[in-house]
Parts: sequence; C-alpha cells; structure tokens
Amino acid sequence: MAVALDAKQTYVAEFASAETDRSGPSWLRGIRRSAIERFDALGFPTQRHEEWKFTNLAPLLRVPFKPPILGGPDGVVAEKLEPFAFGILKTTRLVFVNGRYAPRLSYLRPLPEGVRIASLAEVLRQDPGSLEKDLTRFARFQEDSFVALNTAFFIDGAYVDVPKNAVVDEPIHLVFVSTSRDRPTVAYPRNLIRLGAGSQATVIETYAGWAPEVTFTNAVTEIVAGPACVLEHYKIQRESEAAFHVATMAVDQDRNSSVTCHSMSFGGALVRNYVHTIFRAEGGSVALNGLFMPSGAQQSDHYTRIDHAAPACTSLELYRGILGGKSRGVFNGNIYVRKDAQKTVARQVNKNLLLSKEAFVDSTPGLEILADDVKCSHASTIGQLDENAVFYLRSRGIDEENARHILTYAFASDVVNQVKVAPIRIKLDQLILSRLPKGAEVGETL
Amino acid sequence: MLEIKNLHVKVAGKEILKGIDLSIGPGEVHAVMGPNGSGKTTLAQVLAGRLTYEVTGGTARFEGKDLLAMKPEDRAREGVFMAFQYPVEIPGVSNAYFLKAALNAIRKYRGLEEIDAMDFMSLVQDKAKLLGLDETFMKRGLNEGFSGGEKKKNEVFQMAVLEPKFCILDETDSGLDIDALRLVANGVNTMRSPKRSMLVVTHYQRLLDYVIPEFVHVLVDGRIVKSGDADLARNLEKHGYGWIVEEAPRPQPARA
Repeated sequence: MAVALDAKQTYVAEFASAETDRSGPSWLRGIRRSAIERFDALGFPTQRHEEWKFTNLAPLLRVPFKPPILGGPDGVVAEKLEPFAFGILKTTRLVFVNGRYAPRLSYLRPLPEGVRIASLAEVLRQDPGSLEKDLTRFARFQEDSFVALNTAFFIDGAYVDVPKNAVVDEPIHLVFVSTSRDRPTVAYPRNLIRLGAGSQATVIETYAGWAPEVTFTNAVTEIVAGPACVLEHYKIQRESEAAFHVATMAVDQDRNSSVTCHSMSFGGALVRNYVHTIFRAEGGSVALNGLFMPSGAQQSDHYTRIDHAAPACTSLELYRGILGGKSRGVFNGNIYVRKDAQKTVARQVNKNLLLSKEAFVDSTPGLEILADDVKCSHASTIGQLDENAVFYLRSRGIDEENARHILTYAFASDVVNQVKVAPIRIKLDQLILSRLPKGAEVGETL
Repeated sequence: MLEIKNLHVKVAGKEILKGIDLSIGPGEVHAVMGPNGSGKTTLAQVLAGRLTYEVTGGTARFEGKDLLAMKPEDRAREGVFMAFQYPVEIPGVSNAYFLKAALNAIRKYRGLEEIDAMDFMSLVQDKAKLLGLDETFMKRGLNEGFSGGEKKKNEVFQMAVLEPKFCILDETDSGLDIDALRLVANGVNTMRSPKRSMLVVTHYQRLLDYVIPEFVHVLVDGRIVKSGDADLARNLEKHGYGWIVEEAPRPQPARA
C-alpha cells in the first residue's frame, strides 16, 4: 500500500512542521507527541485489517489534504446555515468552521447556572487544568489511527460542561462546517461533553458542508456521563457527497446514567462512524439509534461497541440502513459483556433495505458474553421492499414510485420514532424524504 | 360492467384458469365458489392486477376498457377494488396516511381536488363506525398487529371510503367470528347499489347468508362448471363440491 505509506509520511511531517500551532498545556503536548508516534507506528489501516475489510481508504489517502486557510472570508454566512436548523426549535448554537470556533455564527441562549458551553481552545487557554482529568482519556488513540491523528492535530471543538443536578431544557446545537478554499482541507474537531450527577441535557452535532468542496473531517467526541444523568445525543451527518468523514465517539457511563446516541447519516462520500460506550458502574442504560441512507457512490460505515463492564446495565441498539444506487454500507455491532456484568440486558437489531441491485451492505452483529446471568439477543436482516406491500398500495390507487417511497419512509420510521424532540423528528422526516426522487410529493400528504 | 371472455392464466408456469367466461352487469352481486385450488383467488388477483400472474389468453373489459392492459393503480383509479384475503401489514405508515394518499390518488386521476383534511376526518369517522372500528385505529400502522378480523374489517372499511364501482371480495369471511362476519357483511350490504357490482369469492356459504348474491358460479379446476342463483350456494353447503365435480364436463386441452 504505497498510497497509505505516502499519506502517513505526509501527516507525520505535517505534525513536525506545525507543532507550534498546537501549543497548550504541557500534559497535552506530551499526549499529542505520543499520539503522532502511535499513528506513525500504526499507519493507515488497509483492507487486510478485519475492521476495514469492506472499506477502501485509497480515495481518501490519494487526496493531499491541507490544514484550513486562516483569515479572510471563508464564505460561511448565517444564511447558509439556515437549512441545518430545526424549525421552531430554540437552541444554543456553537458553530465551528473547519474545526475552529466561529463566534460570529454562534449564540448562547440563557442557560442554568454553572453550565458552560464554550470553545475548547478557549478553555485550553484559560483553564487547562479543568480539562486534564478527562480530555483524551476516553477516546483511545493507542489502537486507532484516526483518533491518534485527531489527538495529535486538534485545535478546537466544543466544550459542554453541565454541573450536578443542572437541567438544560433547550438542546445545544453544535454545527461543524467543513469548507475548502481552492484546496482540499482537513479538520479535526474535538469535543468534550461532561454531565455531572443528576444533570440532563440534549446535544446535537450537525456536520455540514457543500459540494463540490473536498473536505476531510476527522472528529472525536468524548462524553463523560455522571451518575444518574440523562443525555440525549444526536449526530447528524449532512456533509456534501464530496466529503470524507471519520468520527469517533467515546461514551463513559457512570452509575444509573442514561444515554441515547442517535446517529443519522445522510451525506459524505466516505463516512465512518465509531461509537464506543462503556458502563463503568451498575444500573446504566444506553440506546444507540442509527439510520444511514447512502445513495449514488456513497459509502457509509457504522461500527459500534458497547462494553458492559458493570452489572445490571441495559443496552438497546437499533440501526437501519437504506441503500440506493451503487452505495455501500457496513454495520458492525459488538456487544461485550464482561464476566462480572451479571443481569445485563442487551438487544441489538440491524435491518437493511437495498433499493437497488448494485447497492451493497455488510451487516455483522456481534455478542461476546462472558457472564452467565444475562438477557442478550441480536438480529440482522438485509432485504428489498416487500413486493406484496408494493402491490397492496398500488391496488389502492397509489402509483408504483410513490408506493416504493412510502414503504422506504416507513422502513426508516422505526428509528425516527425514537427521536423524542418533535422538531428534530420532523426535520429527519424531511431529510429522509428529500433523498427519494419523488419524496416531496409523499411528504405533502403526510 | 365487467366482461370476462375465455380468460387463461398461468401462475409460475402452471395453468390455473383455463378459460373463464363471466359477465357482471351494473348493480349485480356474483359469487364465485369452489374447492381449494380451483383458481378462485387467482381470478380475484388477476383482476386486481397482480403482476406475478401471467395472462396467456382471453380478455377482461371493465366498462369497455381493456382491464388487463392497465397497471394495478390505474385499475383502482378506474374503480376496481379488491379486499385482500391476506392484507399486508405495513408498520410506519398509518392507516390515516395510507387511506388519504389512496383517496387523493384516485381523486387526482378523476380530475378532482384533494380532499380537505376536515372532510376526510368526518368521512373516515362515519365509515369506521359502520364497521365498529374505534378511532385509535386510524393512527396505528397499516394493519400493524391487527387481528385477522380487524384486517378484514379494515379492507371493507377502505372499500367504503374509496367507493369503488366494482368490488372484489377475496375470502373476506375467512378468519371472522360470527359478530365480525355480521359487521363486515353489513358494511358490504350498505355499499350495494344499482351502480356498484361485486364479485364475492368464497369457499363457504356463510358470508352468502348475509350478502345474498344474484348469481353463483362454481369454479372447478380453472373453469366455471355451473352457474345458478343463491340456491346453488345453499346446495353446495349441504352436499359439498363432490357432485358438481363429477357432473363437470371433461377437461379440454387449453388453447394457448
């Protein structure tokens, strides 16, 4: 893999040349150096790696991505972000352009006392000590080239800190815009979300971009869920079909915490999402709720790992893929129940709908159970639209194309209905329908 | 209204209908009865437009138009409706959404405006009452988790809302208890009119105790071997199909 080797050397050289940009506390500088060394040792994965069997990285590695050009207008104006809002939903909004905070596009709504929502770079400058305990501690770069790269290179991202018992009613919307000026651009957003004991919050990460700009977003989000907190997290992938996107989310859950991670993936040429959650103490629950809907030549990969490291925790995973055109997709779910994690309840379901003969999906559900008193199940299906159902709708006067759209929409509804915030649900409905040729017509009568 | 001539149909390469002739006038209710495997459901499905059925000969004209050349959705828009023997469950599409989409597709084809949301609701409520369906059912997924009886009621309910000219009831009585059967039959009878015709396909007599047909045809091995009035159905109930099968003319090789 000469391409992979060349690309690796380029990134390593880039680290050496621009290290001063990434100053910061000494503990972080040390971690960054370890991360780039680890990346140098690991290199980019190839299809010989089990986890990369179905993903060819060559298109990503062939592009000479450069850090963003700073200064001067970047073309990102508030109007361009309008389509990424959620109708009437009021949110605090932090916007990051190519991984750097854009105050002119951001606004804070009134927040409960003690809640801090800020640029991570700013916190690193002003109060780095408050980050040392958690930042880079959960997304492990030791085994993952992309996390290693992010750790070595990140400059900014969102910092969300909700103190004990605080309840943030309005969602916090984090918008990550990828844009390039004349040259392919890489960005490394880095987010840290901390919820104190008994607190509640809803955080939405939207990834946005516009064709034909070629961008590469390598994002990492670390979530520290304190005892008995409640977190609803959304990740909505809406970059352009010329964008590359690799994102890792690491969730660390304390006793009785409840976390829901929705992942809704629409955009991107090559998208790869990792979600790793771990139960640190008993009584926690997590729901992973995913929808991926590639078409054309898109590839959309979803790897999840739920680590039941403590007893009496519940995980519920529901992922659906809808694949059209010549698109490809991967669902790979791993539920790991450790020896002492008795009374674990884990359920995993992945269903896939192929809308064309050339679409391809690989579904690998997985359960690894070392405890003996558990309730675990997994299921996986890949299929086409049910022709009996198509005929049923047509026999009532609905034309064939609309019948297929309605059934496709219905297939997604299982996942969409898990979304509790109505304006987000409505937005997702629109996004799903907009991906179908005559979806608008179907939507009108909804 | 419907004129079927010498209809031959193959399913998976095997000839199931071997020359059906049937003429149904406006306002008439015809029953087609027959033993299992005689081709009753094939006849119903081929009229509704099931694509896996291959018509190898003959014609079916609906109000003078070539029914067999039409797409299933166009048949529905022209006024043909089939109540399915096995209605499909579609979670994620509510009964209300589905029915409104169907009604509007039909109205659009006929050059009518889309139905107003309020008018739709009151129409639906009236018809639901007729079949003893409660209000929550409109919000549920289409046939999702419905019992056999509820599914059949839903078929007749849809028929009542869409007001077709020609109704095909495919084994609508199967799986119904006596109370549900009465409700369904009542729903069907309410729809009888001098302008609306029906083809009731059934194995048993019991639905015909309530929905009394003008004509009864007995289908055996892909052919109509006997036709008569409602008494024929009662005879079949009493004596079974055996005597008719023996009386039936010897099968002739099918013309391609």
